[in-house]
Amino acid sequence: MNADKTAVAVKDRIDRILRSPAARALASLAAVVLLGVIFNADGAFFKWGTHRDMLRQVSVFGILGCGMTVVIIAAGIDLSVGSLLGVSSVLFSMLTIHSGVSPWLAIPATLAVGAAFGAASGALSARWSIQPFIATLAMMVFARGVAKLISGGQKISTAVQQADGSYRYVDVPAVFEFINSSVLGGNITVVTLLFLLCVIVTWIVLDRLRPGRWIYAIGGNEEAARLSGVPVRSVKVFAYALSGLFCALAGICQAAQEQQGDPEAGMTYELTAIAIVVIGGTSLRGGTGGIWLTLLGTVIIGYLEKVLSINAVGEASRLMLTGAIIVLAVLFQKRGGS
Amino acid sequence: MSGQVRLSQDEKTMGGKPLLRMSGIGKSFGSVRVLHGVDFELNAGEVHILAGENGAGKSTLIKVLAGVYRNWRGRVELDGRRVSFTEPQQARRAGIAVIYQEISLVGALPVVDNLFLGRERTKCAGLLDREAQREAARALLAGLELDIDIERPAASYPIPVQQMVEIAKALLLDARVIVMDEPTSTLTRPEAEKLFEMIGRLKGRGCGIIYISHKMDEIYRLADRITVLRDGALVGTRAAAELAGKEFVRWMVGREITSQFPPRRPESGPEILRVGNLTLRDKSNSRHKLVDNCSFKLRRGEILGVAGLQGSGNSELLHALFGSFGGRVSGEVRLEGKPFGVRSPAHAIASGMALLTNDRQATGCVTCMGVRANITLAALRKFSPGLWLDGAAERRAAEAGAEQLSLRAASMEMPVENLSGGNQQKVILAKWLETMPRVFLLDEPTRGVDVGVKQEIYSLMNRWTAGGMSIVLITSEMPELLAMSDRIIVMSSGRITARFGRGEATQEKILAAAMSRGGEAA
Repeated sequence: MNADKTAVAVKDRIDRILRSPAARALASLAAVVLLGVIFNADGAFFKWGTHRDMLRQVSVFGILGCGMTVVIIAAGIDLSVGSLLGVSSVLFSMLTIHSGVSPWLAIPATLAVGAAFGAASGALSARWSIQPFIATLAMMVFARGVAKLISGGQKISTAVQQADGSYRYVDVPAVFEFINSSVLGGNITVVTLLFLLCVIVTWIVLDRLRPGRWIYAIGGNEEAARLSGVPVRSVKVFAYALSGLFCALAGICQAAQEQQGDPEAGMTYELTAIAIVVIGGTSLRGGTGGIWLTLLGTVIIGYLEKVLSINAVGEASRLMLTGAIIVLAVLFQKRGGS
Repeated sequence: MSGQVRLSQDEKTMGGKPLLRMSGIGKSFGSVRVLHGVDFELNAGEVHILAGENGAGKSTLIKVLAGVYRNWRGRVELDGRRVSFTEPQQARRAGIAVIYQEISLVGALPVVDNLFLGRERTKCAGLLDREAQREAARALLAGLELDIDIERPAASYPIPVQQMVEIAKALLLDARVIVMDEPTSTLTRPEAEKLFEMIGRLKGRGCGIIYISHKMDEIYRLADRITVLRDGALVGTRAAAELAGKEFVRWMVGREITSQFPPRRPESGPEILRVGNLTLRDKSNSRHKLVDNCSFKLRRGEILGVAGLQGSGNSELLHALFGSFGGRVSGEVRLEGKPFGVRSPAHAIASGMALLTNDRQATGCVTCMGVRANITLAALRKFSPGLWLDGAAERRAAEAGAEQLSLRAASMEMPVENLSGGNQQKVILAKWLETMPRVFLLDEPTRGVDVGVKQEIYSLMNRWTAGGMSIVLITSEMPELLAMSDRIIVMSSGRITARFGRGEATQEKILAAAMSRGGEAA
């Protein structure tokens, strides 16, 4: 009798774990990896280099996804992440390539600007109650304009145009080389390490710090949170500012990888960032989910792209397949949720 | 919907059939029966008041008529023909218009488009016949002596005008049965007068009007007949002229105090809270006061009951005091002798106030978060000195709170949405206890919890007040109010209409004051 009860309890528990978003995301990941194992492109999928490249390619999206996770858990959305990436990559390139500012100054300055843009979106939605979709849509357009304004519409590269129209070539700053390099015996890139750092920072904020708890509370039930004394407006501003900060870091990484600051950089990245978060299993309703899910979502998207590219699937089919697989993954998550 | 046919005395004797006849109407939600075989009739050219306390079943009966529900028992006849609506659209087509308390116009659309919403007049090829619509709308509004520009958005008019537009919309349907659910709850006196005139005209046109109200004076002003429901059952129907006010109130109350309350020893400590002329204006209609010049005192260890029917403003009074409406509140509040500026919930909490709201799911707790996170939410600063959350301290506090309130949850991490109503309520109580409140505002603390938990909550209230906490209690359960309150104030239309000491109040006196309009008798 008692043993029966325990068995039921254990079964219940296993059942609950299997239906959790994390288990769903892991299953999706396993499915994508299995695809890679089957279509391994003559063993290319089994080389570490493939996995390292996958991680490198997806890291910038992952960094954006960290901020997006925070904002989505607060029941918001941030459409401006791609544009903020663009602004930051231009700004960072101008500071380091053109003005020769030390990275010790240029990095904090770029991060601060990103956070300020994010805080502005947050203030628009929290203080003046503009829907986050609209507020960040406006910021997306505005920030893209800023990127074009400060760059003069040109890519900021090592070819610097002089006053007389001729070009002067400068060296690629050392910080670009560093961010773009691989460490630990060439097995992992600095960009990927930065992504993992962002994951840890986000985890600390969401799970270990007071504002994180407030973010979950606001996303779960804003009115109940307000009536419990949660400073709703400040917390929202904080969430968007954090997202902006991550965008700036992503912009720095993007600039380093392209060795230039492109005012067009990051177009449509917001959609990938949202897809990553949702595939991981964080609900757009807010209040639930977490950064580990986003880590899984990032890797799922990464492997998906990788498997398609090593098998030389054409771009047209690749886009169509990616769209279809995103829908599948999200449907799978939804079943788990309800 | 297998209703038995009941022939009333009228039908056997009279040739004229009533406009509407509902017989043996029953409705259950799950295992809970909320209507028990209710009979109701409405004649053409009649205003029939439907009355009863909160939860008596008035709204459910109306929703059956309006086709909101699919499953119910009984029989509905319109003009002697049996009808059964399972969609609101069907009821509307049959000429039944329900005007709910909340305005249901699309604010951004012009008045004329609102009038024709969902039944637009069209020319050939499905094009809108705007000219015909405009003409019909003008004629209709002129007939109602409502002089407004039909091209302006509905939301640009004050609430009473919008309500008139709702009524016009009902007429456009050729509605013959018009249901009005507390239509004056958002209106000032002169605005209500206009509405009453309109009702008179509607009667003249042969419409039957079902009018739901809690206000004695308007009930007797309008009523031809009165039907009273209590606990989902019919108490009786009688011509208004033959039903004296006292008997009417007795019909509504009529309940014996059956549940057991723990004995309460009133404490009389020093004054802790003094509220003077607290006023809260309606955001959308600033002439309308939701809370109108309310003043009261609260002593240490005391339970002050605030009675009032739906829309009386008692719930808003607590929210206004707590800062839910921010600085929109005027008046003077002193907490422990010091001036207390109403600012925000956060400020109120820091000053030693707590508010248990009357809707657990919507405003009480964050249902997708765990028990622990909910319990520590309002006092989170205490558990995170220097931003860093102290999970162990949180868990200890949550477990202690759960222990104190005998909260049953499988784990402290379990989402609150998976708990029963009673246990959810305990989570919310535990949350507020963590803030160490000195004044605890309780808005329907026992709503939707079972009898056992109710008794536990009563005992807790006694224990807390013995420890020096003061409580302001709102409850729509009269026996609970009478047994738990040391003093009672009664509200109606935002104003305090009566005050009673312990032992002075009776259900009849309270209800009479709750249904009266106007200021307090001196």
